[in-house]
Amino acid sequence: MAQMNMIQAINSALDVMLERDQNVVVMGQDVGYFGGVFRCTDGLQARHGEHRVLDSPISEGGIVATAIGMGVNGLRPVAEIQFADYIYPGFDQIASELARIRYRSDATFTAPVTIRSPCGGGIRGGQTHSQSPEGIFAHVSGIKTVMPSNPYDAKGLLISAIESNDPVVFFEPKRIYNGPFDGDPEKPAQSWASHAKGEVPEDYYSLPLDQAEVIKEGDEITIVTYGTLVHVALATAELLGVNAEVIDVRTLMPLDVMTLQKSVEKTGRCLVAHEATRFCGYGAELVASIQQACFWHLEAPIERVTGWDTPYPHAFEWSYFPGQKRMAAGIRRVMEAG
Amino acid sequence: MSAQPKIHIPHPTARPGEAPDFSYLKLSDAGSVERPPTDAALQDMEHLAFDLVRVLDDEFEAQGQWNPELGKDELLEALKLMTLVRAYDDRMLRMQRQGKITFYMQCLGEEATSIGPGMALRDSDMCFPHYRQQALYLMRGTGLLNMMCHCLSNTRDFCRGRQMPVFYQHAEGNVFTISGNLTTQYPQAVGWAMAAAIKGSDDIAASWIGDGSTAEADFHQALTFAAVYQAPVILNVVNNQWAISTFQAFAGGELRPFAARGPGYGIPGLRVDGNDLLATYAATQWAAERARNGGGPTLIEFVTYRGGAHSTSDDPSRYRPKDEWSAFPLGDPMVRLKGHLERLGHWSEQEQEDLEAEMKQHVTDTWKEACSYGTMTEGPFLDPHEMFEDLFEEMPQHLKEQQAEMLALEEK
Ligand SMILES: Cc1ncc(C[n+]2csc(CCOP(=O)(O)OP(=O)(O)O)c2C)c(N)n1
Ligand SMILES: [Mg+2]
Repeated sequence: MAQMNMIQAINSALDVMLERDQNVVVMGQDVGYFGGVFRCTDGLQARHGEHRVLDSPISEGGIVATAIGMGVNGLRPVAEIQFADYIYPGFDQIASELARIRYRSDATFTAPVTIRSPCGGGIRGGQTHSQSPEGIFAHVSGIKTVMPSNPYDAKGLLISAIESNDPVVFFEPKRIYNGPFDGDPEKPAQSWASHAKGEVPEDYYSLPLDQAEVIKEGDEITIVTYGTLVHVALATAELLGVNAEVIDVRTLMPLDVMTLQKSVEKTGRCLVAHEATRFCGYGAELVASIQQACFWHLEAPIERVTGWDTPYPHAFEWSYFPGQKRMAAGIRRVMEAG
Repeated sequence: MSAQPKIHIPHPTARPGEAPDFSYLKLSDAGSVERPPTDAALQDMEHLAFDLVRVLDDEFEAQGQWNPELGKDELLEALKLMTLVRAYDDRMLRMQRQGKITFYMQCLGEEATSIGPGMALRDSDMCFPHYRQQALYLMRGTGLLNMMCHCLSNTRDFCRGRQMPVFYQHAEGNVFTISGNLTTQYPQAVGWAMAAAIKGSDDIAASWIGDGSTAEADFHQALTFAAVYQAPVILNVVNNQWAISTFQAFAGGELRPFAARGPGYGIPGLRVDGNDLLATYAATQWAAERARNGGGPTLIEFVTYRGGAHSTSDDPSRYRPKDEWSAFPLGDPMVRLKGHLERLGHWSEQEQEDLEAEMKQHVTDTWKEACSYGTMTEGPFLDPHEMFEDLFEEMPQHLKEQQAEMLALEEK
């Protein structure tokens, strides 16, 4: 075991897979010689060669499209989109092509492409370096959508994503790259060094792409969340003295409804939380699935805590980010109802 | 797989610790390139995409047909702007390091790629810049104070805290709002130009992107539409040799100059010394005349060098030689313009020193004033409830509810 932050864990996953499988290639803007603007690919080109860790032209459409072509021709590309906010020029290639190649060809052609991209706010990035577009991708039939909340999961899930013969879009909440973030920007930054989930095996391991994880057991309320908000939920429940069961969805598509159902049947109360905008957000799917599975067990309406339905404004980052205050209000609404 | 794959991986000519090498840059002598009439046929000027239009020679003397014959006042105005932009960049970089602003991008070494074109355009021509054209905003009357207030996201910020620093806008001065998403504005400029033509106006549009940004599909869409409709637009590529850590060869600049993309689409391409203010002015003047007379679009590549880091988040010593800029064969645009003015007897070292001191003072004073409208840490602050405004002309119900939710939470 080694102690790793999320960047190192992702780097390690890529390193392990480049080593294990000669068909794996890594590509993206600034990922080669430089090692990525967040350093996730640091050292990989030097270790695995220029033909396997490729710098790409600044064309997200081109990156996704060439990754598809490589995938069709037997490689297993892992493409980085520098910021999730810049994924849209590649969206047509993802939604119309990558997601449907297997289906439209009756599984004659497949492209096992993984697309990694840092997402989320909290680094003063304003409206073009803060977005959480996971809901848009989870909505497209034919791709798996993943978002880890810690180094251990990041590595295990990324390895599974790379090994998956289905395309995977893998979002990395950049605010927690270097340490868990409980939603309070005034607190000194924490690191993963002393965190249990910062303990990461150096070798190969994988985690299933269809299982949510109960991060903390509890019996008063179920908080269903993922990404950075996992840490906000844990901290807020503790602060309120509420015995919450906190579930990290991890793989948004496919969704592990069973784990959610078991928990909500036990607690009878549920809060869904994500950083992304609310309207037609991924939380709507969570709420619908949970209420359908657990309607007769619910003691209160399921509530949502989300980002506001606006772009992420630079000056109001902490008014936008659904931090502890909004999480607490959400928990209270659910606890006090009924 | 074979041991030596047959795909080509571009490399910069020098990495950290190695000697800078610009032998890949094809140069023409100042004054050596002919200036064709603006209604010349494309096939007669395709070579302009491969030559390098230069006016100022190594002795800072203006040479040849492209000399725009600028007067003393215009030359001095350009030099003052350059000096101001440098003083502004320098101050803002330091303020970022001190944590007063969250982010900054300088244009060190590339000033002439905005100032020359800005001077050669009409005020009613519309500009669609990318993020390194701060000089354009200064020229179009945005005002130093307003630009600083924007970078501070304070109560005087023209976009009310919604954008990161350096994403300026200035509607009154006909400069568009900057997007963080590369190249998106390029085809938009073409659309603006088409609209001008449809409306019967002779205003034109100009847009700027970097070398790296030419790889985006939007670049090709812009050129296609511009060519098809012969839109009155000037499409500038600021080739500063780097796109963050990637050398311009990664956008395809190794095999053909970016200017040569133009003729492929049926658009004249000019390859221009981007560090020569007289050349950047002259090229824009030529393209503007062409566009205004119904001659259609021009693609201009300004060959220059990114003198500083990509942004305050970047450390270029990781990927390029530290002394690369000083070895750049086209020099420093400010040194060259100043040299030219000195050569003409209009300027002296002393006057330059005084000007720099004056600009520095002006920037310092303006910064103080800007901070009085609030900083990131000290008020007055913008009202966060405003974040719900302007998304739509009229606020829909769900946003009203979210705004009320935010207010209610604050009262608790
Ligand atoms: C669509 C999109 N992809 C990626 C980025 C991230 N990014 C910002 S600047 C930049 C490099 C741009 O290089 P270039 O076009 O040469 O302009 P320069 O910075 O050199 O002026 C990149 C990759 C972005 N802003 N938008
Ligand atoms: Mg560049």
